[in-house]
Amino acid sequence: MNSQHITLLTFGYFDKGLLEEVAGAVSREFNYPVICRDIHIDLSEFYDAGRRQYNGDKVLKTVVSKHDYDSIKTIGLLNIDLFIPILTYIFGQAQLGGSAGIASMYRLSNELYGLKHDVGLQKERFIKEVIHELGHAFGLLHCHDVVCVMRSGSYVEDIDQKSKDFCQNCRRMMESTVNPS
Amino acid sequence: MEKKISILVVDDEDSVRDSLSIWFTEDGYRVGCAENATKALSILESDNYDIILADIKMPGMDGLEMLRRIKSLNKDSIVIVMTAFATVDTAVKALKDGAFDYVTKPFDPDDLSHLIRNASKQISLVQENDTLKRRVDSLDNVEDLIGKSESIKKVLREVESVAPTNSSVIITGESGTGKELIARAIHTNSLRKFYPLVSVHCGALTESLLESELFGHEKGAFTGALYNRKGRFEMADSGTIFLDEIATISQKMQVELLRVLETKSFMRVGGNKEITSDFRVICATNKDLKSLVEKGIFREDLFYRLNVMNIHVPPLRERLDDIPLLVEYFIKKYCTSMNRPILTIDAAAMRRLLEYQYPGNIRELENMIERAIVIGNGKKIMLNDLPIAKDVIESNVESLDDFEKTFILQILNKYSWNISRTAQALKVDRVTLYNKIKKYGLKAG
Repeated sequence: MNSQHITLLTFGYFDKGLLEEVAGAVSREFNYPVICRDIHIDLSEFYDAGRRQYNGDKVLKTVVSKHDYDSIKTIGLLNIDLFIPILTYIFGQAQLGGSAGIASMYRLSNELYGLKHDVGLQKERFIKEVIHELGHAFGLLHCHDVVCVMRSGSYVEDIDQKSKDFCQNCRRMMESTVNPS
Repeated sequence: MEKKISILVVDDEDSVRDSLSIWFTEDGYRVGCAENATKALSILESDNYDIILADIKMPGMDGLEMLRRIKSLNKDSIVIVMTAFATVDTAVKALKDGAFDYVTKPFDPDDLSHLIRNASKQISLVQENDTLKRRVDSLDNVEDLIGKSESIKKVLREVESVAPTNSSVIITGESGTGKELIARAIHTNSLRKFYPLVSVHCGALTESLLESELFGHEKGAFTGALYNRKGRFEMADSGTIFLDEIATISQKMQVELLRVLETKSFMRVGGNKEITSDFRVICATNKDLKSLVEKGIFREDLFYRLNVMNIHVPPLRERLDDIPLLVEYFIKKYCTSMNRPILTIDAAAMRRLLEYQYPGNIRELENMIERAIVIGNGKKIMLNDLPIAKDVIESNVESLDDFEKTFILQILNKYSWNISRTAQALKVDRVTLYNKIKKYGLKAG
């Protein structure tokens, strides 16, 4: 059993049931224990009034600063509309091969696109997004395999197309990163 | 392995450089960053980037000025300009100066992916185009035209001088000398090389078939014309039409051909629409067209229209120096196509090949080598593998004198007992030849 763990960092948005599901999926996919830590941060300092969105770069920096070195990776879970200066929106982002990442549920809900509310689908998308960003934090790049969780996606439909699992190639790369021989 | 596309991000804002750098790295691109145009230009002097993504508004040299400088260094560079202050004027200016695309910050993640995908596609197209051009250019060497003899060098010099022009060419030479190869060499070295070379073997078609083949036909023009069909002249538009065995065409076709050559327009059989086509014509014949003109078989006006340039391909017996090279070439060609190791050739077999007169020219030699490879022992081509080995074996030659007698008689007959020409062919003087005729009691007839 690994002594290190993956930390899910929350800011008070998520109910216990959802967090347990995310934690379970992450633990299965990465084979690390997962702990959830809820902290209080004033997100208003990341808010850009001009864009009416939250600056993803600044949020990520904050999550990195909260990374606990007992933890192998930390991912900040949010439910806010994230942007980075060059892009109109992002679902999440991570430091490539770094310690942390962030993922937001906000743009993963059907209602945002005028579709019928679907909690299950939103949860599934969120789990994929969390695993995807953690994959980047473990050093994985985007993958061309259509069902690999590391496939890049700009729309929720892209996320729906892929699975929440790594393809064989990405899994091999992930394992060689975690256990270099 | 596929080459990794490289992207240089040029922007004075740290956050933009960082975001794009992370984004592209995650997508598997090689990424470089520069905070201003001067730095970018200095990076580009020492490192190549496939795509340059540059902000327009930067302190110092702006993106448009940088774009012009990059384009003057390498016109194929793909530069995408971005700006937060979009105006139509700047966009048009950037595109006029050679920018690949223009985007307004911030952009949708999908737009960014599309932009880079399109740019990557453009890069692949340019690379593919280069590869294809190189492949076509390699035909310029026309490696099928083998030879180092003076006579073939003369032909190649003529090909070189006539190819870039638009002039009609008549290629003359015996059957099997490679007239079609010469036509191809002219075409592939001409400005029309990216367009088709359309060949028509006039001798193989009846008059009516040739007419329909050359001019095409409309549906219902004759029994069996079930569809409209383009003719060879139409297919050769912007390219070259090669009319082989031109001497065999009928008087009626000669008139039709002359009219097409003069007007570059014609009608399909059964059609009433005038079709124009821009083609170059190259003809070939193994006949003496001039004598056919004198006999009234071939139209003089057509002859002069076609005979702007004449290239004569010598028969193989006049370029014996080329035989070893040709043999080597055909061995390689057929061993490769038959998936066999490259064979060598026995000295006696090569000697025989050098003696032979080749009435069928290169085609005959080629067939001989192909046959020898098929029936041979798979290691070396031996004399017995050649069909012409029989001549030597069956000549009942038992002594050197017998051999000399038979050989001299053969050459005398070949030159119709013209003593001077025979002596020249045998590389002896006339007196020696007379002495040999006397010694062996040789007689004409």
